[in-house]
This record gives sequence, C-alpha cells and structure tokens, in this order.
Amino acid sequence: MSLILLAEQILNGLQSGIMLFLMAAGLTLVFGVMGLINLAHGSLYMVGAFAAAATAAATGSFLLALVASLAAAAAAGAIIEITVIRRLYARDHLDQVLATFALILIFSEGTRWLFGSFPLYLEVPRYLSGPVTLPGGIQYPLYRLAIIVVGLIVAAGLFWLIARTRLGIQIRAGESDREMIAALGVDISRLYTLVFALGAALAGLAGALVGAIQSVQVGMGEPVLILAFVVIVIGGIGSIKGALAGALLVGMTNTLGGILLPQLFGLFMDPASATTLGASLASMAIYVLMAGILVFRPSGLFAGAT
Amino acid sequence: MMQREALINTALTATLIATPLAVWALDEPFILTLCTKVAIFALAGVGLNIALGLGGLVSFGHAAFFGIGGYAMGILASHAQTYAPLIEWPIVIEGTKSMPIIWLAATLASALAALLIGILSLRTSGVYFIMITLAFGQMLYYFAISWSAYGGEDGLSIYVRNGFPGLNTLDPAQYLIICYSLLALALYATARLSRSPFGLALTAARQNAERVETVGLRPYSLRLTAFVISGAITGLAGALYADLNRFVSPTMLSWHTSGEIMVFVILGGVARLFGPVAGAALFILLEHLLGGISDYWQMYLGALLLLVVLFARGGLIGTLAGREVAHD
Repeated sequence: MSLILLAEQILNGLQSGIMLFLMAAGLTLVFGVMGLINLAHGSLYMVGAFAAAATAAATGSFLLALVASLAAAAAAGAIIEITVIRRLYARDHLDQVLATFALILIFSEGTRWLFGSFPLYLEVPRYLSGPVTLPGGIQYPLYRLAIIVVGLIVAAGLFWLIARTRLGIQIRAGESDREMIAALGVDISRLYTLVFALGAALAGLAGALVGAIQSVQVGMGEPVLILAFVVIVIGGIGSIKGALAGALLVGMTNTLGGILLPQLFGLFMDPASATTLGASLASMAIYVLMAGILVFRPSGLFAGAT
Repeated sequence: MMQREALINTALTATLIATPLAVWALDEPFILTLCTKVAIFALAGVGLNIALGLGGLVSFGHAAFFGIGGYAMGILASHAQTYAPLIEWPIVIEGTKSMPIIWLAATLASALAALLIGILSLRTSGVYFIMITLAFGQMLYYFAISWSAYGGEDGLSIYVRNGFPGLNTLDPAQYLIICYSLLALALYATARLSRSPFGLALTAARQNAERVETVGLRPYSLRLTAFVISGAITGLAGALYADLNRFVSPTMLSWHTSGEIMVFVILGGVARLFGPVAGAALFILLEHLLGGISDYWQMYLGALLLLVVLFARGGLIGTLAGREVAHD
C-alpha cells in the first residue's frame, strides 16, 4: 500500500470523524444538560439533509441549502422539544427511549410521505468540486477537504461557546446542578429548548454536508446515530471533549479498518477469503474498540469532564 | 387491584387456549399466520420482559438474540438441505431439519451470545447499558450483512419448513399449536421464575442493589443470569419466526427489531406476566388494521406509541388493571 493512499484514507477518517462529532456533540450535550437519551437525533440529521436537498433543488444555491438545513433542523428540534421531549426529562430512560423511538417512526414515515421513497441528490457546488493537490502530491476531493475545515470551525465555535459565553456558563451550570440555576433566575425551560435546538442544528448541518457525498434518503440518520452512540459511550456521556476524541477514534478506526484489515489478512490467507474476513471484521472493529475501552474505563475516556 | 390483573390474566389465558381452537375451526390460512406471528412475537417479548421487567435492564439489543435464533435455524436447515456438513473437524456436525434440535441450538447459541454481551454490558448501567446493548446488536447486524457464506445482505431461505416428530408442520394450524405451546410453556416458566428465590432476589436487585449486596447476594450475577435466560427465550422465538417465514435475513438483527420487541412489552405493560402477549396481539392487530388504511401506517403507530408512553404508562394491562407495579 502506498503512503499516498494511506494519507488519503487518514483524511477520509478525519472527515467522517468530524461529521460524527457534529452528531455526537448534540447527543452528549442533551444528555449532559437534560439527562435525556434522544434516539430521534438521527431524524434531525435526516431533516437537515432533506431541507438542504429541497432548497438546493429550488434555488440552486448550496450556501442557502446549508442555511436551510440549520434552520429546518433547529426548528424541528425546538418543536419536538416543546411538544414531546419536555415531558420526558423527569421520566426514566425506558420512557425516553420509547418516546424518541416513536418520534423516529413519525419522522421517517412523514418524510417518506412528503418526499417519496426515492433518494434525493444534493449536488456538490461547482466551486467545491474536483480534486485538489495537497503537499506531498496527494490528490484529494476539494469538497471533502472543505467539510473537514467547516467541521473544525464549527467544533472550535462550539468549544468557544461553551467555555467563553454566558450561554455556555448556563449550560455548564445546568449540567452540574439544574435546581440551583433555576433558583438563580435562569429560565431553565428556555435554556433546554435552546440547547436542544443547538444540538439539532449541528445534526442537521452534518446531514446536509454528508448528504452531498451520499444520497439523501429516509433512514439515512440511523447508522450515523448508532455510530454517534458508540462515540459518546467511548468518550464519556456528557463530555464534549470526549465526544471529539471518540468521534475521531471511531472515524479513523472505521475508515482505516476497512482498508487495512483485508490487507493484513492477505499476508497469510488467499485474497478472496482475506477480503471477506477483513470486511466482516472491519465492520465490527469499532464495537470491539468500544468493548475494549469499556473493560478498562466503564464510563468512557473523559467521564466527568466537560 | 391485584384481582383485576388476575382476572385479565385469566381472560388472556382463556384467549390463548381458545385462539388456536377457534382458528383451527375457521381454517383461514391468513388469520392462522397472523395468530402464529402474535405467538412468536409474544414469546420474544416474554424473553425481553425477564430482563426488562424483572431485572430492570433496558436492553435495546434483543434483536441480536432474535436474529441468532433465526440464523441457527437458517444455517442448520440450509446445511441439511445441501447435505454439506456444518463442521468436519474435529467432529463432523451435520445440518438438521428437526425442530427440537434446531430449538436447542438456537437457545444455546443465543444464551451464549447473551452471556458474552452481558458480561461486558452489565459492567455499566443506565443509559450506557442501553447504548451498549444497542451497539452490540448493530455489530452482529453488520457482521451478518458482510457474512457472504450465509447470504449476506440477501439473507438465507430454506425450501421446506422443518419437521417436528409426530406432527405435520406444513399445516399452518399445527405449526400454530407448536408456537402457542411454547409460548404457554415460557409464560408458565416466567411465572414460576418470578416467584422463585432467584426471581425475588432479582426484583430486589432492581429496586435496591445496595441492600441486596448487604445480604450477601451479587446483583451482577443475578442480572447476568436473568440476561442469559432472557436472551435464550428471545432466541427460541427467533428460530420459530425464521421457520414461519422459511427465511432469515439481517433485518431480524436490526435495531428496528429490538425496538419492536420492546414495543410489544411496553404496549402490553412492563413487568406484567401477560404484557408481551397483549402487546404483541395489539401490535399485529394495528399493523393489520392501519396497514389496510395507509401505506404509512408506521407513522400512526409512532403517534400511538407516543401517546401510550406519555399518557398511559402502564400499557394495555396497566390501564385496564390500574397501576400497582411501577417500573423504574
């Protein structure tokens, strides 16, 4: 395997890790602040992608499509928070799982009803299409490079928001003692709606950005949701830093495992069965990673930290 | 209050006995299949209810056991079909078309999987446990998709339903009776289990693990045992389901299946003996009725489930019998 190919795969792993972080950040924030497990987070990813695809088809502008994905996912998030999610904070996790599972059914079938079962396509804009040559002679798609950069900027913005702004202080205070900040005069239900909408907007943005690489279809959020769960279990639930570390680890393992494992088995097996076995094991690699981490750190790598 | 649940249970037992008889008399193949599905889904729910209701373990990965049971059937039967031995070394294991052997294999395989998943998952609790069981379920799902020897994404179908000594399983009514008998057996075993010293200790561990520990019992071992029994029963249901369809595919392992098994338990009522039976019956009824009205019936199912979770927390049996068993 050439070094150039390896570098390309590392960039791919970075790209999928960054997108996973956008998903996982919302999940882990909502869990950290409100103590809620939200299965419908994948639906918000899907809402973002569909909003982007529909807007791009109507206006032809990719930037407008991204704005639409943020707005639609944030709005959908705020609506379900006010109508449903709010009633679940005091409930046990079982009720939360079921209610948000019900929301998935409603979102998925509702989207199928609105847009039909066929996948939509979101085109990469012309100014971002085509490859770019990186130092070392690596040819890499410009669009993927752009979403790595966008993802990193958003991640930095999120860290700044939580560490440096008034909203961030309230979020961190809400994580450690929600009764106290309510007593100090913070409108807790408004804060919750805001945090939920923020997480939803990040998921929607990720959906739109990834939607331009893959197809936009019903159920697209579910595999990502499960990966995001693995991410926050690895990183420690409630920890943004943990979500970033976990996302990069999962993104890299998933991408590199698919390339390296078949080659590794090819060293001592015939190529056909090495490919089959390698592919099977690569699809399981992140779960093995998760199990391994849990044996040593049952509450994740960054448990307790924010 | 207790009498009301006992009354409902008696009524459900009567329905459980009457349904196969009535259906036998009707001889409508379509209704027979629907009723068989109810029995099998109820059995899967009975399995989950041991972990969820008695043990308080919110497992979101029971599709793993359902699917392993299904694949146990598919693999054994497909090898019997082609006369190719399953394993040739160190001992020769042939495939089989005999239901009792398949059930045994399905139960053992899913019990073993539950043991391995349980050992790791039970180190954690609460929301971690939910996510980890979900992730292990997905791990097996992706494994099945990439496992091309047994059909990969397309799944595995067998030509003829497997046999049971002395019965003609190709007759839908006789297969229905097999499934109902196994369900009745599982319900009886669960009732005994919940009143046994083990069941009481498990309930106590759910309510207050520290106290259980102080009297010298280990909550971890209790929960692990419950998880294994739970997985084994759901695995048996998986083998029956695969035999009903003569087909097994990765869909049986997907997290939607886990969600649905959980829905059977919740619709009926968590920790109620007959909860999964009532829930599975209601689910199939809704699927049939709503599916007739709209292609998007799952949207209505979602709305209904949402209403049950938000406003009718005890499920069907809880609503009818009044709440005295709070799930926690």
